[in-house]
Amino acid sequence: MSQPTKGFSRRAFLRGSGVAAAASSVTSTQSASAAIVPVPIIAGETQVSLTVNGQKKTVTVEPRTTLLDTLRYQLNLTGAKPVSSDGSSGASTVLVDGKPVMASTTLTVAVSGKSISTCEGLKDGDIPKAFVSNDAQQCGFCTPGFVVAVKAFLNQHPDATEEQIRAGLNGNICRCGTYANVLQAVIALVKGNQNG
Amino acid sequence: MAEVDYRWPENHKMRWIGKRVDRLDGLEKSGGTAKYTYDVNLPNQLIVRGLGCPHAHCNVLAVDISEAEKVPGVVYIHRLNAPGPNDDPVEIRADGTLLVAVAAENEAAAAEGVSKVKVQYKLLDAFTADHDLQSAEANGRTKPAGGGIELDEALGEPGDDEDEEEWENKVMQHLFDTSAHVVEGEYGIDSITHCCLEPHGATVHWVDGKLKVYLSTQNVSQADDGFAGALEITADDVDVTCDYIGGGFGSKFQPNYWGIAAAEISKVTGRPVKFMLTRDQELKIAGNRPSGYIKVKLGADANGVVRVWDSLHWGTSGFNGSTVAVGNIPYVFRPKSFRRKATGIVTDNEPSVAWRAPNHPQACAITQTAYDDLAAKMGVDSLDIFLRNLENIDTPEKAPVYAEQLRIAADLINWRKHWHPHGKGKKSGAVVEGLGIGIHKWAGTANSSNCLLKIHADGGVESYCGTQDLGTGTRTVCAMVLAETFGLTLDEVKVNIGSSTYPFSGASGGSTTVGAVTESHRRAAQDALAKVLDLVAKKLDVSADILDAVGGKIVARDYSGKEMTWKQACSLIGIQPLEVNSSYARGTASPLSSENVAGCQMAHVAVDTETGQVKIKRMVAVQDMGLIINRKTAESQIYGAMIMSIAAALFEQRINDPKTGVFVNSELADYRLPRLGDIGNLVVHLHEPESERARGVIGLGEPPAISGCTAISNAVCNALGVRVPTIPLTPKRVLDALRTAKG
Ligand code: FES
Repeated sequence: MSQPTKGFSRRAFLRGSGVAAAASSVTSTQSASAAIVPVPIIAGETQVSLTVNGQKKTVTVEPRTTLLDTLRYQLNLTGAKPVSSDGSSGASTVLVDGKPVMASTTLTVAVSGKSISTCEGLKDGDIPKAFVSNDAQQCGFCTPGFVVAVKAFLNQHPDATEEQIRAGLNGNICRCGTYANVLQAVIALVKGNQNG
Repeated sequence: MAEVDYRWPENHKMRWIGKRVDRLDGLEKSGGTAKYTYDVNLPNQLIVRGLGCPHAHCNVLAVDISEAEKVPGVVYIHRLNAPGPNDDPVEIRADGTLLVAVAAENEAAAAEGVSKVKVQYKLLDAFTADHDLQSAEANGRTKPAGGGIELDEALGEPGDDEDEEEWENKVMQHLFDTSAHVVEGEYGIDSITHCCLEPHGATVHWVDGKLKVYLSTQNVSQADDGFAGALEITADDVDVTCDYIGGGFGSKFQPNYWGIAAAEISKVTGRPVKFMLTRDQELKIAGNRPSGYIKVKLGADANGVVRVWDSLHWGTSGFNGSTVAVGNIPYVFRPKSFRRKATGIVTDNEPSVAWRAPNHPQACAITQTAYDDLAAKMGVDSLDIFLRNLENIDTPEKAPVYAEQLRIAADLINWRKHWHPHGKGKKSGAVVEGLGIGIHKWAGTANSSNCLLKIHADGGVESYCGTQDLGTGTRTVCAMVLAETFGLTLDEVKVNIGSSTYPFSGASGGSTTVGAVTESHRRAAQDALAKVLDLVAKKLDVSADILDAVGGKIVARDYSGKEMTWKQACSLIGIQPLEVNSSYARGTASPLSSENVAGCQMAHVAVDTETGQVKIKRMVAVQDMGLIINRKTAESQIYGAMIMSIAAALFEQRINDPKTGVFVNSELADYRLPRLGDIGNLVVHLHEPESERARGVIGLGEPPAISGCTAISNAVCNALGVRVPTIPLTPKRVLDALRTAKG
């Protein structure tokens, strides 16, 4: 008979994280421990203000609440999707102060005061249109994450070559296999047209 | 009114059908506003998470939920596959099986609640080595899975006093003894999972004793029956909605036990409930494709035409223990004499469910690799061996179609320029290139479908059909058919799908949907148009036979100049909308749809002999599908299927720990799928000579997902001159095969 796998409560982890860090440092190196400032334990609900797609929002969250859950359950922005808990699918990609992050692995408290752009905020722009005209979506579940990833990529590489596109958009998984169409959509965007 | 003659317009008159049309719901998807089941949030809803069993095979002795109940936000805990206080242990046969479900105020509380459930397990022996027939036999894990023998009639019959089996053995032996070339090999293809990006699940609530379900499903019209049966209510008390589904691939036909649990929890708590699987549960329990491994011997004449095939294959579909259906072996190719046997292996895995073209990708991969090895052994071009063997295939009438497709594909991949005898290509550093082929078949018969069509006096057109869009562009093809028939634009027709309250339409599985919905929509539109034309004919004082609906007008073809706008025509309908309900029943011969397609794929790969990495340089798919409705989405289907083939050929596999049976790579970081940079150049050719086009619509979802894997495996073999026997061709397997060949 074996015991069940001991679950690991993220709240318990956050409650204890400051203490644990200090304790382990003390036992490892004496000199390092001097640099460790015990962090306050965060627990309970807290209010966080952020700017989402240009609008100021205040949400009440627990320390463990992910940005993804906040967007999806409190702000009715369900474009970013829960696909993998470790961010390896890219489906929850959003921009935080212009940089792509996985909302599924980002805590809401960590983006307090920051500016968040989700797929919905990009919906009237060129990228979704290029996705449509190049048919870069099938079931569409991965698509919002891909659209945001493309936005971040093109911000960095507005004149990307096909080779750069192939090398630079590997953070998103599409199970339906729309990559060939996404590639064409991004090539079209670089050329300045969205023709399919 | 004369009987309506259902058919497609002549080619030159088609304004929508066959064109490249943007999918109508594209912007909802790419703009993030499309609402999937996972996205439906109902007021006051509970979030449910399941606790998956961490063991492949065990008895669950007891479950203690007392700590879980204390977690703030946890509202209710529901027993699934777990014993009650005085019950016998519950045997679990697959890693991930849900034991209990925790309903809470939010995701995090539900997850914490799950982590606090304590379970006592008694571990039992686990067996998951589906590739290892000997070990399965030693562990009593095999089950006969059919087989048989067919011998060339020219070989005669056993004499009256001869033992039939002995005679057959003798004949088979003789066939091999007299073959110019004999190939013996072992090949395999591992189990993979559906890995839908939207996990399986449901959001449900009860309203006045009726169950309202948002379900991620390929089967809107019948999912209500699934809930009703399990909950002992009647189907009229269940409404199922699925506006968008985040991938299904054959795994989302049923409500599943977690969907039923959502309804039960909602009933007990009086609150709406959302119950979606976690990623690792999705991979472990929500659908997988059976593995297939084969030992085969084939004999060919001097020309390389296979005359005898003898095989034993095995594999697993999980704890019910079947394997790739024996009837599919050998695949497409049918030598005049063949013997095939299959053994199922009982493993401690969740049973498989239909996976895009059930049985075909595996059957193709364990058949046509052996044919390619024949080419390698003879030192002959694989393309020639495939072409020569078209004289013995299971659908002889398709031989000219395959021959033409192979010729087209060879041109598109520049076969004659790049091909070299197996293992004899030029090396560039450690990298060597190769070419490979696979051919496939699929039925693609249209499913049953009903369409309710309403035409309003103001000219508005709307259809209702209980079908769904898996990503094939169902809404768009329905709208194209309506617009084509009425001479309207796409924005002048409204298509309503995705609800079990709409007229029945068959499940989307087996490439049956586009055929089904174009049948029902074309029939309904032609029926309705005939009624409108009758009214117009009276008004214009002409015969209805000379009226056409075109360009937003009803026009007389008699050069009289008589016409009226669509709106004027519809105003003749009267106050009540004109309603027609038209049906197509699966299997009815029809000029609108047909079945049975052929296709081929070729791959050009580069293999690094030092790292074992395989890169796709180019892949070509040549596919017929009868009449194409939307060229753009048809091409996308094929691109997607080719990428799925790359996934199965090079990346994905379910890996079970050999000792514990645990599925160890059930998160996306470990369950490898190709990314955008892995696909090479993909070329799609829609093969549509008039002979194919005239057959009407045939489903396209499965066929291009079949032979790509085989083409890649054969290309790697052509590059290396060594067969990497089992798919996926991971770097380790490539290096192992090279090492073994070196001896
Ligand atoms: S479109 Fe379905 S997962 Fe990408």
